[in-house]
Amino acid sequence: MNGLGIIRGLGVTFKHFFQTYLEDLRAGKGRYFTEEGVQARSRADQKGLFTVQYPEEKLPVPEEFRYNPFLVYDEGPNGEQNLRCTSCGICAKACPPQCIWIVRSDDPVTGRPVPVPAEFYIDIDICMNCGSCAEFCPFDAIKMDHEYEIASYDRIAHHIYDKAKLSKSAQYYATIRPTNAAREDAERAAKEAAKAAKAAERPVRKIGPENAN
Amino acid sequence: MSTEELNTPGMQVPPELQNQVSITTLNRIYNWSRRNSLWPMMFGLACCAIEMICAAAARYDFARFGFEVMRPSPRQADVMIVSGTVTKKMIPQIVRLYNQMPEPKYVIAMGACASGGGPFKEGYNVVSGVDKFIPVDVYIPGCPPTPQALLNGMITLQKKVDNESLKEVRWYKKGASEPIPVPVLGPDLMDPRKFGLIKEESQKMLEQQQMPGTGPAAEEAPAV
Amino acid sequence: MTDSMILTDVSDIAARYPEWITADGRPGYSGYIVAADHLLEFCRMVRDDLDYDLLSMVAGVDYITENMMEVVYYVYKTTGGGALVFKVQTPRDNPVVPSIFPIYPGAELQEREIYDLFGINFEGHPDLRRIFLWEGFAGHPMRKDWKEPYYEEELKPFKSRWPQGHVYRAEDELTPLKDNVQFPAGFDPYDWEAEGEQMLYAQLRKLQNAGDEELKTDRMIVNLGPQHPSTHGVFRMAALIEGEQVVELKPVVGYLHRNHEKIGERNTWQQNMPFTDRLDYISSISNNFGYVLAVEKLMNVKPPERAEYLRVLFAELTRLSNHLMAVGFLLNDLGAYFTPALYGLEERELILDIFEIVTGSRMMCNYMRFGGVVRDLPEGSYEKIRDLAFDRLPRKIDDIDAYLTGNEIVRVRCEGIGVLTAEEAIKYSLTGPNLRASGVPYDIRRADPYSIYDRFDFDVVVRYHGDVYDRYLVRLEEMRQSIRIIQQALKAIPEGPIMTGKSAYQVRVPAGEAYGRVEGPKGELGFYVISNGKGNPYRYHVRAPSFINLHGLAPMSRGGKIADVVVNLGALDIVLGEIDR
Ligand code: SF4
Ligand code: SF4
Ligand code: SF4
Repeated sequence: MNGLGIIRGLGVTFKHFFQTYLEDLRAGKGRYFTEEGVQARSRADQKGLFTVQYPEEKLPVPEEFRYNPFLVYDEGPNGEQNLRCTSCGICAKACPPQCIWIVRSDDPVTGRPVPVPAEFYIDIDICMNCGSCAEFCPFDAIKMDHEYEIASYDRIAHHIYDKAKLSKSAQYYATIRPTNAAREDAERAAKEAAKAAKAAERPVRKIGPENAN
Repeated sequence: MSTEELNTPGMQVPPELQNQVSITTLNRIYNWSRRNSLWPMMFGLACCAIEMICAAAARYDFARFGFEVMRPSPRQADVMIVSGTVTKKMIPQIVRLYNQMPEPKYVIAMGACASGGGPFKEGYNVVSGVDKFIPVDVYIPGCPPTPQALLNGMITLQKKVDNESLKEVRWYKKGASEPIPVPVLGPDLMDPRKFGLIKEESQKMLEQQQMPGTGPAAEEAPAV
Repeated sequence: MTDSMILTDVSDIAARYPEWITADGRPGYSGYIVAADHLLEFCRMVRDDLDYDLLSMVAGVDYITENMMEVVYYVYKTTGGGALVFKVQTPRDNPVVPSIFPIYPGAELQEREIYDLFGINFEGHPDLRRIFLWEGFAGHPMRKDWKEPYYEEELKPFKSRWPQGHVYRAEDELTPLKDNVQFPAGFDPYDWEAEGEQMLYAQLRKLQNAGDEELKTDRMIVNLGPQHPSTHGVFRMAALIEGEQVVELKPVVGYLHRNHEKIGERNTWQQNMPFTDRLDYISSISNNFGYVLAVEKLMNVKPPERAEYLRVLFAELTRLSNHLMAVGFLLNDLGAYFTPALYGLEERELILDIFEIVTGSRMMCNYMRFGGVVRDLPEGSYEKIRDLAFDRLPRKIDDIDAYLTGNEIVRVRCEGIGVLTAEEAIKYSLTGPNLRASGVPYDIRRADPYSIYDRFDFDVVVRYHGDVYDRYLVRLEEMRQSIRIIQQALKAIPEGPIMTGKSAYQVRVPAGEAYGRVEGPKGELGFYVISNGKGNPYRYHVRAPSFINLHGLAPMSRGGKIADVVVNLGALDIVLGEIDR
């Protein structure tokens, strides 16, 4: 019969429509504006209303989520910010659209390069959020941020991030990416231990900028 | 939208009247009504447009903010969301669309490409940011900005609208707003505002080529 | 396999015509070099005698040191098997090659692309115009000696980034005009007369005056796009119509031409990976897949078992998300304003959640590396995929089926619209669901299996009417088949490493050429790469299925109503990032 297909189709939309109310009744108050509610609405058994009401409720971003990169620093004993970056330049070489600029610092006395970046710039109007820099950095010094609420009124003034704007603490990193941070910390500690063991085996005679810090 | 936002702070309404009466300034009610009915133009350029569609779809649903209807015609739109890479071949159309939008009009540059060229900036057919031609109100970094980032950008635009003043807005100033000259496709993209400069530079290049002993014109640009 | 296929042909045809066919003996290269003046003859033989009926890819290469340009052709049999590769060489100063349009009409747009970007003239081409750029653009950008305005260095990584990084915006320092533009010396913009697309309209006007003599009907030219709500992005069609009827239709593209290939040849091999995401931005993992296959062929590495499974798993999830969107937006084009699209997008969101958990980004996944994948499944993601694949998606696809398939309006609008016969579909080099809807059971996963697709049990979906409705049915059924593959992969996925060796930011790739292709959600997605043994590809070309499927649009629409053009376009399922690149 003509029209039967349409009616059957409309049945699907009606089911969809009523499910929202049924779910609301079933789940009660916890369905909206709570973390569990948001999570329940993004599971495979989700039914009914699908909307996440940003900004009142936010869809949580997973650990691997990547937006713009930032530089990780470890806090020193006196509150100084020791960037992990050694200005090795690998991220700048790996970056596909070439939006990282690094100035390596030189030791004022010897003129030899020291492993701290003097300047570090990322043009986030070019950055493609690809994560290559974080992936290939051998020192866990550059990581991908979760911060996405960064709309601005002026790009010329604000969209080339400099060292100050890029630096974020290791604690922050550990909060946004707990498992990664823990794994990397463990790996680094193991490496350091291995190095120390090796150094203990044979007397060190090396003098150079590496030993200076 | 709750009445609190409409009431101008400092003007007290007795509690029993709060749902019926608001005391506000003309500016505030003007901006309040505009900010809650910003209609975007249905206009997608590239990858970012897909995220814009997602922001319009069930999960993020920007109709909740009054970005209710995507208008296919620029004549009915208030906001142009430039969502994607702006190419030289497309920019004349974008400028024309912008000129056709009635005031008050706003532009959101969504994503790295629309803001400043993006990953394809070095390409020969890519415009380094739509703001080279049309004024942009809000920039949203990211490649692509997630739907939530786009919503955040739209809220940022609403804040901008909130702070405008009837006395100062450009569309009530004397003289009709001038259309932006539409770029022309020549041997490369030509901005009519820069014809003089283009002629001057090409002339310089010609002279340089004719002078013996100088390098090719490409070296004119400061090599970095 | 591929190699033996080529070998039998070598002994066969190269011996038959020794004067004008030679085997390509350069190390790492394969196929034959055909003399230009015998190209048509050769093609006819290849198509008619050897049954290579599907022209897959045509690419130009500029060998600047040899002062020679080359056009590379890949042809396949729709019954399966490897490629026949042949090349034509032509001098760089006056590059002319006969057009193979009379034999393979599917070469039309590809030859135009080569004409546009390399400046090779195709003799006998019916409509040789620029395609991505506009008439009057100075130069042919893909030539190796052509430099863009923001030219900095021949190859990445650029030296100005480290160790003395001098930060600047390219427009401020690289060109005197403070913009991404350059002009020929002595150019005067005041004298410039824009071409105004005279050539495009001239093509249509040829037919304009042939209207009905008795009724004296007028034919007029209508442009749809590039800003049009139904063109899926910045796509434009110039149609010649008589009343409501379409007489002729020309797709006009290039509004999103982002110079993917030029940038790709400056990039290192690894740097291209995130750029491939932005080709078909709805299904980024398929793009990764095609690219790694091509490069892995050259590098001769194989990913470990688990990585192969992960690749297949995610490629199929990508196909699902793409088809969900395609089906939804086809209905949008029919006028079912947004509800079906919203349903499709809802499921797509859940798939994107998985992408985000595993790869870090909803759309730009950047997931594969040469020799593996970048990340294993994080905790909890396996269960999420399992719940989707075994429970939710099958249910929801049945929902969509019940909702749309029987709907009388959908049927009336779709059945018998945009018909392409099997012969036509092959002739125009259509691939993917569009080809299978015309009754040709050609699916690369079966016809020329790559990765581990030969281990899975799934059906190649075919329908036989070749109309819009069948294209819809093929996509719907393909989703079910994808779910089957995902279910099998989830059950069989072994534990183990996900990378062979270590992924490095700079890899060296042995010299040679390779073509890697996958059955993307939109059709055959191929990457043609040439390495000269250095850290950057010498040539990097993408065979974009949406682009080549566009050949079908005009034959589908001719004689139909103008309203159906939009439906045809929706049924072709194009994405502009891939068409224009
Ligand atoms: S961020 Fe990492 S890769 Fe980049 S320069 Fe610093 S240490 Fe090297
Ligand atoms: S995320 Fe990618 S594009 Fe952005 S700075 Fe890192 S490597 Fe460069
Ligand atoms: S910013 Fe990124 S996602 Fe957006 S259009 Fe540009 S390349 Fe695509």
